[in-house]
Amino acid sequence: MPHDLNRLFPLRPARVHEVCGPSAMSFAAIASARAQGDFLWIREGWQPDTLNPVALSEMADPARLLIARTANQIESLAVAEEALRDGAIPLVVIEVTRPLDLREGRRLQLAAKNGQTTGLCLIPEGMGSNAAETRWHAAPLFDPGGADSTLMRWEIIKNKTGTLGFWDVRWNAAAHRLDVVSPAGE
Amino acid sequence: MFDGMRRRIVSMWFPRLASDRSLRGRPVDAPFALTLKEENANRIYCLNPQAEKQGLHRGMNVADARAFCPELESRPASPADDRAFLHVLCRWATRYCPWVGIEGADGLVLDITGAAHLFGGEAGMLCDMRQRLARAGITARIGLADTRGAAWALAHFAEGRAGPGDAVAALRPLPVAALRLEEKTVTALERLGLRRIGDLEDAARAPLGRRFGPDLLMRLDQAFGRRAEQISPLRAPPHYGVRMGLPEPIGLCDDVMAGAARLLDRLCETLTRHEAGARVLCLTLRRVDGQAQQVELRLAAPMRDPARILPLFERGVSGVDAGFGIDQMRLSVTRAEPLPVEQMSHSAPARSGRLEDLITRIGTRIGLDNIQRLLPADSHIPERAFIVAAAAFSRPGGGWAAPRPRPLRLFAPEPIAGTGSRPPERFRWRRMPLTTARAIGPERIAPEWWLEDENWRAGLRDYWRVETRQGRRLWLFHTPQNPGWFVQGEFV
Repeated sequence: MPHDLNRLFPLRPARVHEVCGPSAMSFAAIASARAQGDFLWIREGWQPDTLNPVALSEMADPARLLIARTANQIESLAVAEEALRDGAIPLVVIEVTRPLDLREGRRLQLAAKNGQTTGLCLIPEGMGSNAAETRWHAAPLFDPGGADSTLMRWEIIKNKTGTLGFWDVRWNAAAHRLDVVSPAGE
Repeated sequence: MFDGMRRRIVSMWFPRLASDRSLRGRPVDAPFALTLKEENANRIYCLNPQAEKQGLHRGMNVADARAFCPELESRPASPADDRAFLHVLCRWATRYCPWVGIEGADGLVLDITGAAHLFGGEAGMLCDMRQRLARAGITARIGLADTRGAAWALAHFAEGRAGPGDAVAALRPLPVAALRLEEKTVTALERLGLRRIGDLEDAARAPLGRRFGPDLLMRLDQAFGRRAEQISPLRAPPHYGVRMGLPEPIGLCDDVMAGAARLLDRLCETLTRHEAGARVLCLTLRRVDGQAQQVELRLAAPMRDPARILPLFERGVSGVDAGFGIDQMRLSVTRAEPLPVEQMSHSAPARSGRLEDLITRIGTRIGLDNIQRLLPADSHIPERAFIVAAAAFSRPGGGWAAPRPRPLRLFAPEPIAGTGSRPPERFRWRRMPLTTARAIGPERIAPEWWLEDENWRAGLRDYWRVETRQGRRLWLFHTPQNPGWFVQGEFV
């Protein structure tokens, strides 16, 4: 393991981060568990899948969740910028469907910096923006050890202020925290 | 008693107010009754003349009434709506005179002193009232006399008009019940042989006062005008609207915002006085060419702080086309809600309202209904275990519980190839070949038969949590009544 996850994972505040991969939504849910206060989840209205608050309640209280349904990505970005700049909501999750260009990414960074809030973009794989502070790839892993496991591999694939690395993590619902486990020897 | 202008009072009685109101919406040409549940029994609350002709009466058990009259049509009564309707009639009655009060649950009282000549005299006014009420489908009995008591007695017992000073003669033959007395008093008076108001008037006052208390004599004096009785009109609802004319047309955004700030200060003063908050505001900008532009602002919470509301107008005002200039501004509250003054507390954190402001600002862009909150619902069906509510119009709810693990992401069921009642060993989902490593289940969920749901046509579902060797943890279900395998969600 290159270094400690704790230095990276409660995501650096006042910055916008990105996450991709099959477990991106789980990553965002765990990030929201660590946030204080409300969090806003911005998604386009046409997207057919839904976030299930019953499962979210294992990590974060769904009463803190606000969902903004927008018509297209332009609106999503406008809402995200407004919310990041305002600072009333500490964490803003944005579901991105097409790649952000440098200008859009930079505007989100500046808004997050002004409002001292954290932004997290859920991006399709390979559509990252150069302005992102960190980019993560989250994928589920099969856990031979036990049933009902939430084992995942989190890999940091872009980091503006440090090195890259990967960790195998598991959400501990009873203790309400993230456990880092050593990778299974194969 | 002064000899100048006599007071003239009209009393209107709507004997079938509730059923008339209901029949105005949907007329019925049959015996009709409104029913209300009282003391654990459905009783007739109000009925139409056809039903009365069949021998039905108020307070009758509905089951008995149906036995008497099988073709009886009934609807549930709503006394609160009747009360609101009476207030509407009260406002309508101000077309005759400004001094209109409400009399009991089914009447109005109008002080028409000095207003009758506008309608061609008292007879013309009464005729106009009767015609308009008949056209609206409302049965009314109207009495006109010098005093409120006498007018009430005429409306209820001998519909008509008593000329100035004729009240005594008109009331003498009426039964004592016309004095607005309690039923107990009326019965006692009839036992004494005092059946008419004339009998009561001729009897000695002192024994009556000792026997029945001051109430009886007060009512008698009120009816004959020996004691004054006032009419309390309804208070006019507060008006939340302010306007400003400008000597020179303006067109700059800053100028319009400065004007809006002045209007908002005045409006918020009114709101504070009535302990109300604005929920929807409308700023109308009239241009020099007579056209008007409107800026609507829907707020996420009732508010009356000008400093907080003003910046929320910025986005709307910047989109206005000022043309050759704006010369009149009008700001009104389209929807107000009560906003009582709150006790400050040192234990509870002060609510800054920043979140509401943000929701309002986002709402001006994407629509206030598109900012949502999820609330728990009581259902085993996974997609109905929560409801989506607009954040501005709901409070966050607690009580989330997952009796069994549930997937974080839910989507519409996607069919996969598979047979048998156990999950397939290998399957393809979204073009990915997956191998089952561990399957936990089944958990059987039955459709809610009391709700029609297209997605649950296939019947029972046996849900399995399938952990694949590739990592994905999926929520599969099998429909035993209509064999097939589907994927409906993905776990954390």
